[in-house]
Amino acid sequence: MQPWQPTTKHDARVARAELLRTIREFFYARNVLEVDTPLLSNGTVTDEHLDAFDTQFNFASSGKPSKLYLQTSPEYAMKRLLCADSGSIYQVCKAFRHEGEGRWHNPEFTMLEWYRLGFDHFALMDEVDALLQETLNTAPADKLTYQQAFQRYLNIDPLSADDDVLLKAMKERNIDIHAPQNLSYDTKLQLLFSYVIEPKIGIERPCFVYNFPASQAALAKLSPADERVAERFEVYYQGAELANGFHELNAAKEQRLRFETDNEKRKENGLPTKPIDENFLRALDAGLPACAGVAMGIDRLLMLKTGASHIKEVINFSVSRA
Amino acid sequence: MANYSTNEFKGGLKIMLDGEPCNILENEYVKPGKGQAFNRVKIRKLISGKVLEKTFRSGESVEGADVMDTELAYLYTDGEFYHFMNNDTFEQIAADEKAVGENTKWLVENDVCTITLWNGSPITVTPPNFVELEITETDPGLKGDTAGTGGKPATLSTGAVVRVPLFVQTGEVIRVDTRSGEYVSRAQK
Repeated sequence: MQPWQPTTKHDARVARAELLRTIREFFYARNVLEVDTPLLSNGTVTDEHLDAFDTQFNFASSGKPSKLYLQTSPEYAMKRLLCADSGSIYQVCKAFRHEGEGRWHNPEFTMLEWYRLGFDHFALMDEVDALLQETLNTAPADKLTYQQAFQRYLNIDPLSADDDVLLKAMKERNIDIHAPQNLSYDTKLQLLFSYVIEPKIGIERPCFVYNFPASQAALAKLSPADERVAERFEVYYQGAELANGFHELNAAKEQRLRFETDNEKRKENGLPTKPIDENFLRALDAGLPACAGVAMGIDRLLMLKTGASHIKEVINFSVSRA
Repeated sequence: MANYSTNEFKGGLKIMLDGEPCNILENEYVKPGKGQAFNRVKIRKLISGKVLEKTFRSGESVEGADVMDTELAYLYTDGEFYHFMNNDTFEQIAADEKAVGENTKWLVENDVCTITLWNGSPITVTPPNFVELEITETDPGLKGDTAGTGGKPATLSTGAVVRVPLFVQTGEVIRVDTRSGEYVSRAQK
């Protein structure tokens, strides 16, 4: 039987309360409005590597039981607010991902997400940097493109290298995959990134990696200067991936196409397809103002702030005790 | 044997890999921001003893290995096999030279060893941490010498060679740590 006690110490709970206060003051000073959106949604994410929890709603107005999904992030709902003239907004909320637990992962976690009108990904990276300096007392961050990171640490161009070059690099670094068939090009890049690059960046100070390959664009705009890359960034610090941000794609047509491509990939890999969030697409159709947005893992931030070695030290009742 | 999903991976779980039973030493869940989730696993191959790192896609299943440890007393060798007996059931089992490996030199009659069985057959034999063996040959040391001056080699009844202090003589029984192969003390008789 699992103990009933929390997996945290009191200090971690105090640190969480203080961190949330600092975050709210940070956005208050910048005139960014705190908002609240539902955790349950009719539509969900199509991304083949993201799996949402779902639940049955027996009281839908249709009279038939319907499926509702727990959000994997508040992105779609917050963008609908942006489309409804909310101005710049932020939210601290729970997000849910149907996946395993680990040192840096709990299926239910706390997310900070914010959107800034008129920002591109560079302006937003600067703001994320400012928030890290304020909350973790970090030195100003480094910035590297995805391509520079691969060239510096692997001597590989991730935008043009052959599949064989990636396989060879994996072999040289002793990255030994059980059943290596059907590893996609992007998965190989991600493995090399996780195993070789991640341990070397963001040690002394946070490190932003930006301009991801277009195939990993997610909801980011493609770069007008180089369509091989997307205006997406991540920030790494002391072994943690802390945040992921986009210069937001605001073309409804392209967004629908990306969702449909995701579902095609799901079919190819024998995964169930997911219902596209039509409310979100209709909002995009009405017009999403030019903006950049980012999601940050608050539990990971707290881990770094308190020196925790496992996420359960900052979550009162991690999933096995929930 | 049952299959195990990566969610069940943890230290001590025995799985099959490349046709060889393995013990999981460490398991870490790895998930790139927007990508496939993996389990990065440190594994010891139980026959070769090799330690390696392997990456599994999360959710993937692997075959479990039917591996168990038993405590058996060493009886004798017939030159080809090493015979052990369960002191409770008197059931006997024979391990070949490959399973015993270098540990032949630590096998003492009636000592209880840990025998790892895979599908019922011995794959490794682990002697007790400490064994007592007689010195069959060592140079006579200087009188009055004490331990800690580097010592001298001594051959034991099983053929093992260990460094002993100068004051220990042929015919004496000594206590040896089988994990390090080091002299501990004279046996207390």
